[in-house]
Amino acid sequence: MDLNFTTAEEEFRLKIRRFLEENLPKSGLGAGREGREDKAWLEKSKAWQRKLYESGYVALAWPKEYGGQALDPVCQTIVNDEMVRANAPYLPGGSGLGMLGPTLISWGTEEQKRRYLPKILTGEEIWCQGYSEPGSGSDLASLRTRAEIIGDEFVVNGQKVWTSGAQHADMMFCLVRTDPDAPKHRGISYILIDMHSPGITVRPLVQMTGDKGFNEVFFDNVHVPRKNLVGKLNEGWIVANATLFHERNMLGSATGSEQRFNRLLALTKKIKRGGRALTEDAVFRQRLADLEIRVEAMRFHSLRQLTDQIRGRNPGVETMINKLVGTELNHDLATAAMEAMGDYSMLAREDASVLDHGYWPYEWMFSLGLVIGGGTSHIQKNIIAERGLKMPKSR
Amino acid sequence: MDFGLSEEQRQLKASAREFLSAECAPSAVRKAMAAQEGRLAEVDREIAKLGWTGLIVPEKFGGAGLGILDVAVLLEEQGYAAMPGPFLFSSVLAAYAVARGGSDETGDKLLRPLAEGKAIGTIALAESGDSLAPRDFSTTAIADGTGARISGVKEFVPYASLADFMVVAARGDSGSADLFAVDSSAKGVRVEMLKNLDLTRRVGRVTFDQAAAIPLRREPALYPRLLDIGAVAIASDSLGGVERALDMAVDYSKVREQFGKPIGSFQALKHVAAEIVSEVEPARSLLWYAAYAQDARLADAPRFASMAKARLCDVYSRGTDRAVLMHGGIGFTWEHDIHLWFKRARFNESYFGSPALHRERVAQLGGY
Repeated sequence: MDLNFTTAEEEFRLKIRRFLEENLPKSGLGAGREGREDKAWLEKSKAWQRKLYESGYVALAWPKEYGGQALDPVCQTIVNDEMVRANAPYLPGGSGLGMLGPTLISWGTEEQKRRYLPKILTGEEIWCQGYSEPGSGSDLASLRTRAEIIGDEFVVNGQKVWTSGAQHADMMFCLVRTDPDAPKHRGISYILIDMHSPGITVRPLVQMTGDKGFNEVFFDNVHVPRKNLVGKLNEGWIVANATLFHERNMLGSATGSEQRFNRLLALTKKIKRGGRALTEDAVFRQRLADLEIRVEAMRFHSLRQLTDQIRGRNPGVETMINKLVGTELNHDLATAAMEAMGDYSMLAREDASVLDHGYWPYEWMFSLGLVIGGGTSHIQKNIIAERGLKMPKSR
Repeated sequence: MDFGLSEEQRQLKASAREFLSAECAPSAVRKAMAAQEGRLAEVDREIAKLGWTGLIVPEKFGGAGLGILDVAVLLEEQGYAAMPGPFLFSSVLAAYAVARGGSDETGDKLLRPLAEGKAIGTIALAESGDSLAPRDFSTTAIADGTGARISGVKEFVPYASLADFMVVAARGDSGSADLFAVDSSAKGVRVEMLKNLDLTRRVGRVTFDQAAAIPLRREPALYPRLLDIGAVAIASDSLGGVERALDMAVDYSKVREQFGKPIGSFQALKHVAAEIVSEVEPARSLLWYAAYAQDARLADAPRFASMAKARLCDVYSRGTDRAVLMHGGIGFTWEHDIHLWFKRARFNESYFGSPALHRERVAQLGGY
């Protein structure tokens, strides 16, 4: 047991901390997830990612030949922690960095890796994920977007939905049905689609937060070169699951939960009820302490997984629970803040009397979205029970 | 960065699992439950040979001199087996108090036989009202030469009738509590066993009437530290216990059929099982840190002892409730073993303070 980072790692931490202090964009890029709508935001965020990359702080663990630095997972963890601590803006290339990149590193051809990975790092190409469809949510493998092979090309027809960032994306990693006669898991392929191709229509959907964050994407005879297939034809389900594994680990950061708890505590110290701070209320203290204990448990849980990763141990059920536990914890933190604020919790961000800069109502809604996205809590529980506890399949 | 069990700790855990599944199966636990003393004498002899009884006893007194994280691993496995007997109270808590608080002479006299498995110690801390707070104590110690005389009544003293010596908390002059070692056979010590619902544990009431005592004052503020070690120890037992309850429920769900299918194929049961394991794994990580913080004497060790106690006991009680439910009617019978863990969870929950009490302490020590 050794919870210390090495001197070199501590120096690295100070270096990125200093870098963030000096270079964090001062305006126009909120750390919140809101406001990802216009072109100006996109250009500024891309510039931010490029700067971060050029300074050596993006995807540090990726292989050198594709623009990474082949560092161990500790350095990437330090960068992630410091970004959360500094309230740094989200990277526009997050889907490429967190989901497609690691998938391509394991499953892509040499040509695909050389073609796509460097531009993911620089933010030159923004990716979106084409998984869910109107008729295929939790039952993802029932998807019907069709890709027929004609000559050297796939011709794609169908529709995707809840596609975050499709309005800005240059590329999509997409699941399509290539064999409609095979059992549903065995007729799916994983392909890479240029979002600027003719026949693609992106229509924004407004989220309950009021933002246009996700979209419907329609495909009408969209031509995709065959070399854009990742993995084998009709074996895309395996590749898709690799991506989902990366996505689920991206959604619940323990450092983020810690930040939210600290913000919740600061808020409740300021709220007075019955002549005293809410933190002096016996019932609310119990709730705060329970939340803090859960946050701390996840902090050490992520250190445990980091250690296993360094040692090359295979992740088990302790990793399958991350998405379920992390996203529900964040929603519980936000819900506690909403209850603490009482009627003020339902004031819009623009209202002059809003508390804590209107952070919590947005967080309260968005965090529930993350309980759903990437596979709802119910689906996570099925996965944990079937794959982790080996309970019999129900389907 | 290296957060987790060492290779040695993993081996200790694996060998403990193997030993206890052979020697301390539910049928053996039931034998101890039916016996007067509430322990398995042959298992206790074997664990002394394995060196468990002296695991945290300093080497100079014949022990292995290992730490709290090491013993936490053993306690987890004992919780998994619902191992009956005084180990947690004797070889962990009484041993810890004497090793830290006693003179070399006291250590030699009490710990050497304890490490060899020839003597048993216990702790006598709580008083009427189930309070561990010194301000509620009526037990007093009066100086008597180099020793002291203790008078008062202690409740829920584990295996009081088996113990050769007891570590007793008594209020000193300053209003804080000091620890003393009392020979159980000394004049003025009277033991009356209570009837416990959790038959894997035995507790008694001990009345001290000017009983001769040896002060355990070598280290200051030992009493609150002993409570923290107790919290971590109970949390470790709870971790193993909830794992076992989950294993039993999941195994049963794979063989019991209703509506023509194993009940484990129904989402209602899957989700319950998934919720339990989702609470257990992060709690395990939390417990490792809490135990390590004691060994490394970190400033936040008391706070994390409370976090681990609150969380693991909540998770154990909730987990066994749900595990019983997953069994249906058979889970409510005396014949089925699940109630052993169900009751042990409740014992653990209140012993060394409820989750609510520990959450309040987390808030206080956290500055809110």
